[in-house]
Order: sequence, then structure tokens, then C-alpha cells
Amino acid sequence: MATTKRTIDVELSTTGLDAQGRPRRVPLAVDEAGNTVAVAEPPTMEPDLEGEHMLINIGPQHPATHGVLRLVLELDGETVVRCIPHVGYLHCGFEKIGEYRQYNQIIPWTDREDYLNSPGNNVAFSLGAERLFGIEITERCKVLRVMACELSRIMSHLVWLGTTCIDIGAYTPFLWAFQQREKIYEMLEAWIGARLTTTLTRVGGMGADIPDNWIEQLTAFTKEFPRVVDEIDRVITRNGIWVGRTVGLGVMSAEEAVNYGLSGPMVRASGVAFDVRRDFPYLDYETYDFDVPVGTNGDVYDRFLVRMEELRQSTRILTQAIGRLPDGPVNVDDHRVILPPKSKATSDMESMIHHFKQVMEGPRPPIGECYVALESPKGEKGYYMVSDGTPKPVRWRIRPPSFVNLSAIPRMVEGHLLSDVIAINASIDIVMGEIDR
Amino acid sequence: MGLSPRPEPKLIQTTSEEPWVTTRLDAFINWGRKNSLWPMPFGTACCAIEFMATAASKYDLARFGMERQAFSPRQADLLICAGRVPFKLAPVLRRIWQQMPQPKWCISMGACASSGGMFDNYAVVQGIDTIIPVDVYVPGCPPRPEGLLYGIMMLQKKVEKERMADRSLRDEMEPDPESQLFIAPSEIDEVSEPFGNSVQQTRSGL
Amino acid sequence: MSGNGSFKPVVAGSALVAGAPSPTTPRKVARTGTHPNPSADAARAQFGDVVTRVDVVWGETTVVVDQSSVHDVIQWLHDDEGQRYDYLSDVTAVEYRDLERPLEVVWHLRSLPFRRFLRVKVAIPRGATLAVPSVWDVYKSADWLERECYDMFGIEFTGHPDLRRILMWEQYKEGYPLRKDFPLRGRFSRSEQLRQALAANPEARYSKDELTIAQALEDLPADMRRRLTSGERTGE
Repeated sequence: MATTKRTIDVELSTTGLDAQGRPRRVPLAVDEAGNTVAVAEPPTMEPDLEGEHMLINIGPQHPATHGVLRLVLELDGETVVRCIPHVGYLHCGFEKIGEYRQYNQIIPWTDREDYLNSPGNNVAFSLGAERLFGIEITERCKVLRVMACELSRIMSHLVWLGTTCIDIGAYTPFLWAFQQREKIYEMLEAWIGARLTTTLTRVGGMGADIPDNWIEQLTAFTKEFPRVVDEIDRVITRNGIWVGRTVGLGVMSAEEAVNYGLSGPMVRASGVAFDVRRDFPYLDYETYDFDVPVGTNGDVYDRFLVRMEELRQSTRILTQAIGRLPDGPVNVDDHRVILPPKSKATSDMESMIHHFKQVMEGPRPPIGECYVALESPKGEKGYYMVSDGTPKPVRWRIRPPSFVNLSAIPRMVEGHLLSDVIAINASIDIVMGEIDR
Repeated sequence: MGLSPRPEPKLIQTTSEEPWVTTRLDAFINWGRKNSLWPMPFGTACCAIEFMATAASKYDLARFGMERQAFSPRQADLLICAGRVPFKLAPVLRRIWQQMPQPKWCISMGACASSGGMFDNYAVVQGIDTIIPVDVYVPGCPPRPEGLLYGIMMLQKKVEKERMADRSLRDEMEPDPESQLFIAPSEIDEVSEPFGNSVQQTRSGL
Repeated sequence: MSGNGSFKPVVAGSALVAGAPSPTTPRKVARTGTHPNPSADAARAQFGDVVTRVDVVWGETTVVVDQSSVHDVIQWLHDDEGQRYDYLSDVTAVEYRDLERPLEVVWHLRSLPFRRFLRVKVAIPRGATLAVPSVWDVYKSADWLERECYDMFGIEFTGHPDLRRILMWEQYKEGYPLRKDFPLRGRFSRSEQLRQALAANPEARYSKDELTIAQALEDLPADMRRRLTSGERTGE
């Protein structure tokens, strides 16, 4: 029996139509002028009209939702007509606890909310607290923090890469990515003692200075890592299945991306060159030589490419940081915030008093408030701290990039197929710990 | 030669009434079970990442027969609760546990799953053993992969010691709906001074 | 992904004049006395007394406005060609420990074309109704941010299309967690909290919209159907 061969064309441009040829977005309600409006009240039930649609619940326990996310989808066959996400399944009261802890005691909490970017969160919080205290950190500390931020960016993107590959069907890059994470874990463990939830910084400095030989480890890593990225690149970037499953999905235009508050690779893939390191710099990022990758279409494939390129750029920044790490003290010489060395704390009266005050009461910042934003791997991560002169903040607010990025998922997913929902969800790179806090 | 006399070694009588066939069958079944526990990773937070690291190449879970992770509770043996469980997620965890068929075991991975961890506040369940029966607790925040592997091996020893004759092992433990655990909010402060509404009685501050 | 010649990325800082210095890390920022964001003066010029106060703390400008006019101010900041605050970073609230101080609702705005950052605040005195206008029609990112603010503080955002709890479950009875009169460990005992959490059937947590899709409304028990159709909010 003769077999028929079919050639499937993969269309690489976004046409505004979904796989069924219908317009990609299904507005909830359209008024006379043709504008999309939100309905003022929920639609009355008309069973006859809605008899063909199916309600599917994904999550909160699901392998592909990247945490405890619940998506309720209204399906017309395989096409998503409406998507209602539910979050809050990992809400653990971080902001409330922050009001009952001293500033240095909050730093372990910052590890746990975006647990893929622990060193980055530590740095972000410390920068905010130092702004609130009015402290200038040392040059060595700045370069070490840049290294920590970029290492944590690489770590986070590796998890994203591994889990996205699994979601779309490729299992091997997950193992390669986690092998690289193990190398970073070894370095972090040598530095601060912990692999994942690092508590790397303190207000005014770092928890510990890097050990001897650490720079050599990091140099070896930066030499080997681009090869691994190239290998993963070779396997998936031009793969027909990968391209077919990611191109044209979840498109957000530039204006929409900015209006929806997207940040990080999400907004850059839509063509907006907004990177907090470039536009509102911190830690002397303007003195480092790196590129900000920007996508053209704003679809899942572009987000993937943007993050892959960010891996390479982070390696570039690390190499520069290695070259310019100055000697000198890591912690600022301020007895209000930095604990004295143990030998002095147990022998010198004044140091003992400082130690006691800091541990029992905690350093007191002046009355004020500050909002410090960093470029986390997910987007604009902000910490807003309000102080009323007491050692514990009045308000500690975490501005979670994944929370705002995820709020755009109904907009991105409507009109696509059910299997595309998973790919789009993976491309947002969410961390439920950060979304729910 | 100056050594004190050693006590007589006592003969320890094994009082097992089971016939030889049953013990061999038990050993065979438990060997099969413990070496092919299919875990269901109920991963919520940072411990889930360490679980993934344990499943990855360096601390391979496949050598324990556990690389086939069951994401459907109907096909799982072992629920590894990795991460903090807030109150909103508690009924989901309970429902998932109920959906798992016997024989099933549970590992509470990490400090947050075991006791609420650092989250002693309004939102987090202070230990999943208030919701589901736990076999092994793995401490750590997050536990190192070696720690999780030690917990898994501890569970394997527990599975090894199970006996078919012991019917109570496979009972579904359901909490008593008539339980008188309600304390009126007005009485709480009175009853739990000065520790507030906390199970951690050793705190000195808030 | 190979660039077609007509693609031009939207670059932050595009509205600045060509010779403007590129941004640098702020150094030795003083607590007070720094130059305020020019938008603060522009807002004052535009709105007059509606802008009650302008603070500059640690280099960040805060504009405090009247509760009734905050929507107009934010709309103007978004639309005006000289301001172009096109990005809403955050909507949150601050309640102070000092009971005399008002509760403040805070908006963090960014202007990407001008590379500016501005904080807009509304001070709601104690005893006043906790309601502010929603800016959802200006910024779509306010959708979930305002829902979270409502969930944690009980502030009602009038004009929001779908204001319901987002982090806690909708039938959460203990209150609004981030208020200062809400104790850290909640108002109920641990056993009561657990009982209330477990009493909820996770499968029953669908909103009325979702149930109409599934036509499952007829299958619900009579009392639940009655509650849903009467408009009582259930599910999250």
C-alpha cells in the first residue's frame, strides 16, 4: 500500500491568527466602537449557548505549572476561550513577618521568596537597607555582589531552561542544566556554606568574604559554561519541533507589554529595551560592558532566545568582574550595622556593647522609605521599605515580577490550544514563591 | 587476667508466630516495594528545587528506582511533600493523599513541611503531620540531597520491616470529625500566654 | 529572528534629548535635600492644591495627593507628553504603627521614555472609608496588584472589574492580614485555622462564571446553587 508523505510547513511569522485561523484574541466583550471592555457583571448563564465549552482545571498540583498555580480554562474543543488563573496557594506571609524582624534577620526570608534567585534577592534587599541607613558599601563588596547577581541569574535561567525543555518535551537539557547548577552550588557552598538559600549579604557588606581559590573556580566555570550553552543551543534552537511549538505563541506587543507591567525577558522579547541594570543602574553596572538582548515578535520563541543570550551576557559580566575585583575590606567599617570581629567582641568592652546592641536590638535606620529595584532573572524586582526609626521595618513590600508577568497570562493564552498553554506558562518563568509570598 | 567476667550472652527469643513462607513473602514484597518507590513530588517551594537536584545526574534518584516520578497521585507510592504548605493548599494536599492508593508512604521534606519551619504565622500549616500521616521527616532548609537520600533510605528500612500480617499498616488514617479541638478566639490569648498562637514555645521575642 | 530592517526596539530613555548623560549608579545619596523629580513640580502646576505635599527622601520623590483626585493625577501622568509615565511598577499600602498616622496607598510609577521614577501617595485618615479609585483603566498591571492590596489591607478600589481576594481564599474569615491590628499568627487558634482550611472542598472552589461554563450549576446542592445565583461570592 502506498503511503502518502506530507510536508508540514512551519510558519515562522506571526500573523495574528491562531492555529485554527481564527483571530488570536477572543475579547470578553466588545462594545459598539469595537473596543474590548471588561464586563461589569458576570455573564448570565445561558446553558444553550455555552453547552459546547468545557471547563478544565490545571493544578494547583501539576508537574507543568512550575509550582502551585491553578489555571481554570474554558475550552472550545482544544482551543482556549478563557483562562482564569488562581494564585495564592503558596502565600506564606512574608511581608507580615518582615514587620517583626530586624533588617539582618529579614535577609534569610528574601532567599525563600524567589528561591531560584536567592543571592540576587539578598543583594536587592541589602541595597535597599543600605539606602535606608545611608551606608556606602566598599568597592570589593560591589564587585562581589555583581558576581552574586550574575551567578544567580545564570542559576535561575538554567532552571527555567531545564523545566521549559521538559514541558515542551526535551528531557536531556534538564540534566545538562542541572549539572551546571551543581557547579554553581559548589561555588556558593564554598563561599557562604549554603547551596540554594544562601543569605549571602548583610546590611553593609557580605556574610563572608570569598575563600582562597574561589576566583579560580569561577574562572574555570566561565570558560566552560558557554560551551554548555552552545551545546543546548545546538540541540533545541533550530529544532523543528521546538520552533513549531514555540513560534507565534503568546504574542504581546510592545505597548501592551509595558502597560501590563511586564518586565525582564518578557518585555524585552516584545521589543522594549528596558533593563533595570541599564536604565536605573545599581552596583556600577554602567561600567560593565554587556548587551541587552531584545526580541522582535514577543512570542515564546523570542523569550527563549532572549534568555539564552542573557546566559552568555552574564558570563561576559562575570569575566569582567573577575578581572576587576579589588582587594580591601568587604564590610563597611560602621559599628552600627556590622558586627565586630569575634575576638574583639569578647575582649574589648566597646565592641562587646556594639555586638550586644546589634544582636539584641538591631541597627536602627533613620525615619524614611526607599524603593530599590533590581533586574532579577524574572524582571524588575523591587523592595520597598518604610522605616519609622525602629529596628524593624514598618512595611516591607516585595514587588514581585512574576506576579505582574503572570497577570498577563489570560491575555496571552486566549485563542491558543491547550498544549500551548503549557508552553506559554513556561515562557513566563514564574516562581510561585515570589508570586504568592 | 584482670578482666572482669563478661556477662553471658543472652539468647533473644524471636517471638514471631509467622510461618516461614510468610516471612519470605514479606521480604520479597518489601524488597520490591522499597526498591521501586514511585515518588509523587508535591513540590511547592525551595525544597522542590533540591528535590529536582536530587533527581538530576549528580545525586541520581534512578539508582533507588525512583526516577519515574508519578505526578498523578493514583500512580504513586510515596508522597514527598517538599516545601511549605499554606492553609490554602492544605485541602489540596489532603485530597491528594486521599487519592493515593495503598500502600503509600509520606516523606515530609524540609523544615517547613515538618513543622512550619521559619513560617510561624497566620498563613502556613505548622507541619503537614497535622493533615496527613508522615513516615519520615527530613530536616533542613532546604535539606541537602544527601539528607533527602538519607531520609529515603530510612523509609526503605521502614518498608523493609513491614509485615503483611499487620493489617493496621494499611488503614487509612482519617481525622476524627468529632474532635473537640476548637478554642474560641477570645480564649486563645488566655490559654497560650505568653507565646501567642504558636506551637513553638521556646521563642523569646515575636 | 534575523532582523528585518524595519524593526526598531522601543528604547527606554528615548524621550530624553540626545546629549543627556546615560544613567549611573546613584552615589552618596543624601536623605533629604536632593533635587526632586521634575514631574512633581509639573503636577503641582497642573493640579494646584490637589497635590498636598511633595517629599524627597533618599533621592526618591513622593507626591501626596487628595484621595478623590488621584485617578486624574495618575491619568495625567500617563497621558501627558511631558510626563509619559507608561509603566506602573507597584500598587501597595502602608499602615503605620503610630495609630494617629493615616494609612497610605502608594503607587510606584516609572517613565521609561524619560527614565524617571515617581511615587504617588494618598493618605487615608483613620476612620475614613478605605476606598480609592482604581487605575485599571490606565494600567492593566493594576489588575492583580490592586486585588492583592484589597486582600491584604481591605482597601476597596472602586472601578476595578473583579475585586476579590487573590492570595487568601475568598471565604477567609480572619480579616485582612497586613493590617496592624491583625496578629502575626492570626486571630483563630491553630486547630481552628486548620479546620476552616480543611473544611473547604477544593473541588467546590469554582466561581459562578466557571460553573456556568461547565454547566455544573444544576448538579450543585440546592443551598449552594441558591447562594451562587444570589450573587454571594464563593470560590477564589
